[in-house]
Amino acid sequence: MGDITLVEETFKRISSHKGILGIVVINADGIPIRTTLENNLTVQYAALASRLTAKARSAVKQLNKGDREDELATLRIRSKKHEIIINPAFEKGHEYQLIVVQNPSSE
Amino acid sequence: MEIYRQYAKQRRDFGRHPHFTDEGAEMLADIRPNEEHAKDHIHRNPVTTVTQVVQEMSEHEVNTNPVVFTSKVMHHVEGGWPKEVDYTEAEHVIRYRKKVEKDEEYIKAVAALGTSMEELVKANNAIDIYEEYFSGRNLDYSTEKPEARTIAGLTDPSNSKRGAQYVCWHPDGSSRLAVAHSILEFQKLQEGTSLSSYIWDVNNTTAPELELRPQSQLSSLNFNMKDGSLIGAGQYNGQFSFFDMRKGSSPVEATPIEHSHRDPIYDFAWLQSKTGTEAMTASTDGEVLWWDIRKLGEPTETLTLKERGGETVLGAVCMEYNPAAGPTKFMVGTESGSIISCNRKAKNPQDRVGAAYPGHHGPVYGLVRNPFYPKYFLSIGDWTARIWNEDLRTPIIISKYHSSYLTGGRWSPTRPAVFFSIRADGLLDIWDFFLKQNDPVLSLPVSDNPLTSFRIQENGRMAAVGARDGSTAILQLADSLVEMQPNEKQSLTSILERETSREKNLEKALKEAKIRARKEASKGSEDTKKDANEQEIKQLEDDFFKLTSS
Repeated sequence: MGDITLVEETFKRISSHKGILGIVVINADGIPIRTTLENNLTVQYAALASRLTAKARSAVKQLNKGDREDELATLRIRSKKHEIIINPAFEKGHEYQLIVVQNPSSE
Repeated sequence: MEIYRQYAKQRRDFGRHPHFTDEGAEMLADIRPNEEHAKDHIHRNPVTTVTQVVQEMSEHEVNTNPVVFTSKVMHHVEGGWPKEVDYTEAEHVIRYRKKVEKDEEYIKAVAALGTSMEELVKANNAIDIYEEYFSGRNLDYSTEKPEARTIAGLTDPSNSKRGAQYVCWHPDGSSRLAVAHSILEFQKLQEGTSLSSYIWDVNNTTAPELELRPQSQLSSLNFNMKDGSLIGAGQYNGQFSFFDMRKGSSPVEATPIEHSHRDPIYDFAWLQSKTGTEAMTASTDGEVLWWDIRKLGEPTETLTLKERGGETVLGAVCMEYNPAAGPTKFMVGTESGSIISCNRKAKNPQDRVGAAYPGHHGPVYGLVRNPFYPKYFLSIGDWTARIWNEDLRTPIIISKYHSSYLTGGRWSPTRPAVFFSIRADGLLDIWDFFLKQNDPVLSLPVSDNPLTSFRIQENGRMAAVGARDGSTAILQLADSLVEMQPNEKQSLTSILERETSREKNLEKALKEAKIRARKEASKGSEDTKKDANEQEIKQLEDDFFKLTSS
């Protein structure tokens, strides 16, 4: 039996690491469920990331036509300042994505 | 009417060779002229007929339906919410989120994702996989062959054979280029020749971006430093005018002809000032005039180019103004071959025309200070390129005498040791003093016609070369000619300093030799004086002895 505190703990654990700027959880429709960012930014991340993930996922699927089992696991976007890590889960009916924005060069 | 003649032949003669014989004329029909028809006869005069030997061709044009573009705008609002949820109501949103968060699958998914995410975050913090190992290392191009490639050619759109006398890049480093077309030979301009000059975007060589339509041909063109859409222009008739690219093809204003130069403005420069509206123009009439485009009624200042202590007025063909060397200082290259350094704000008015650097045997077509060491400058004229130090009256470096005239040149803005010179035989010479001093590192045939103008873009990558036939070639330079080399500055300073001290020593030696010669000359005269004295004494002694002995 899962507990709501488990999510809480996960969030805490991730944000305890160095250089974490924000964590967002979105559902399949791109609705942010839980976020540590302010609302406007969250909506932006949610909208853009969900579309990007869908695109990446279809790319992976098309490239591995024979292999039905293959699935997009992680999407890492490195920019000059940040790294956006998108970790999607594609369980049927329960598609969620965990988005973490990290500044890897922070000291 | 039908005319026919019948003859009979036997069957057995069929197929035999015919045998022709001469016979008298035989009348078959007699057609008399018809008087009535003659009445209807009309002479057609003149008669137009067309004959054509070549194959006839025709031209057809088809115009397809134009594609119509429309702009559409979408206002994006937060989306993806279920229909029954109003995302603007905070309560709805919270309720919806609560519902999802209670979902066991959600908790499981997030927990699982969190674990793998943590690994990634940790990995990112542990090593920088994008670390650049070789940053800040200067690439060494010394083994690479210097290269330049023609990437575009611009031709005078007016189809007249007017030389591209002056080219100028836009100061913001974009691909915009102004080309002044004119015929500088006296009275060679034919009636009806276009007077226009053009502004191009070198990415689009098919059509100029803007046509400039002055009252007289343009002999020089320069973009304003402060406001990039203003273009100053020196005209063939001596007027100075300026254009505004936002306002179109005709000049905004021109100086009144009675206060302008009496010869073509061969060169001019925008001055560095707060407003950026001041310019100074130079012409072969020997005057330098200062203007402010806010009031072009008369020049703000004038200067006649007379050599110090002389009466000869020197005509200016090119001008060098570099704020780095001093905002009031400038240099002028003259028709007679000497270079004059001037100062606009000298203490005494006589001192405004300063030192003269004689040397060239013909007009000085190129005169530029080194962008890194403004004390040293390059001059181009007759068959040579020369490098001078401001403090010395003689050039410190002279190129070899070329087989054809040199018609212009410039330093590279990014590499202190590189300069370019253009030649009357259509070659562009690229010199790299870092590599070799006595020969150009690259001689590039650009045109079959004499080259007339040269400019290099501020970032040093693209160069424009104008030719006598009105074409302008755009060259792209290889990285080895653009990026500064390690130790380049030091090695160039040492070359320049060595040559300066050599020239100084030579000057000193010459002076000493002169002094010595003078001394010897005076010594020689003393000797003769001594002789004369001795003779006199001897004479006196003789006289004395004569008197005493008797």
